[in-house]
Amino acid sequence: MQDNLSLNEVIKEWHGSHRHYVIGFLLSILLSGIAFYLVMAGFKGSTILYTIIGLALLQAVGQLIFFLHLGKEEKPRWETLLVLFMILVAVIIVVGSLWIMFDLDKRTMDGMAPHQKMLPHTMTNHS
Amino acid sequence: MSESFITSETKIPDPHQDTFSRAIFGFWAYLMTDSILFGSLFVTYGVLQHRTFGGPSSHDLFTLPLVVAETIVLLISSFTCGLGLLAAVRGNKKALLGWFSIAFLMGLSFVVMEVTEFSALVREGHTWQKSAFLSSFFSLVGTHGLHVSIGLLWMIVLIGQVIKKGVTVTTFRRLVCFNMFWHFLDLVWIFIFTFVYLMGVL
Repeated sequence: MQDNLSLNEVIKEWHGSHRHYVIGFLLSILLSGIAFYLVMAGFKGSTILYTIIGLALLQAVGQLIFFLHLGKEEKPRWETLLVLFMILVAVIIVVGSLWIMFDLDKRTMDGMAPHQKMLPHTMTNHS
Repeated sequence: MSESFITSETKIPDPHQDTFSRAIFGFWAYLMTDSILFGSLFVTYGVLQHRTFGGPSSHDLFTLPLVVAETIVLLISSFTCGLGLLAAVRGNKKALLGWFSIAFLMGLSFVVMEVTEFSALVREGHTWQKSAFLSSFFSLVGTHGLHVSIGLLWMIVLIGQVIKKGVTVTTFRRLVCFNMFWHFLDLVWIFIFTFVYLMGVL
């Protein structure tokens, strides 16, 4: 174990650079700007929906690389592996839960008109 | 061969054996568990989003200009926090404190804006008790805001430590951990403004 690294040695293990921060910042501004513009300008439809989701994912990856310096560590890349595993777990949680809940909703609530599901006074009829 | 591998005194160039790297790896592990928390809250919101119980929906409540301001302020905070760490790498304590002060003020104005938004909603009667939609909304966005608030406390402590002790091995490690925490919160915010605010208005 090399437990007593000096400050200079420790600093070398951190991988940030000015260039990366500026790129990450400008990228985030640009991607957020496009997303907000598309929605605030009043565009509608599923194309816009998928576009802003895509922009968010792109910006998340950009920030992971340029702000959190993912993938810059030396091999073996345990941190990158941890993040990739986490993405797998998160996708299972999110997609799995949404699948179960919307499937249940469809199977149990299908006969009802949309407004019946929401209005308070109808709720007691279906408890 | 494996025996000599274990007993020999030759240094194996594994970059993950010193205290600093292990701390950073541990902090990554914490951030990943935190994203399980946020993932669950996002799913809860996604499922309950349209269950407004006859009350106002996301179309009626969200004001995007405020969210734009929150996004910009949090992004600047994240960016200046990184610039502060770069100043620490150069050994420039003054610049480090300067950038961190800006990051703190930006983070603080984010929290102020969010509290303003929440109190306006509550004053109009749209509390978390009104509908499943509002419960999940306040849980998700409030949890993020709580993280930012705790991050601000952490930042005050760190600024105090840097003033008192300067940039040492220990304070640098803490600065890097905080930096990761702050960037992570900005990353979560991307998903909040996209999936909650933008999609709520779309």
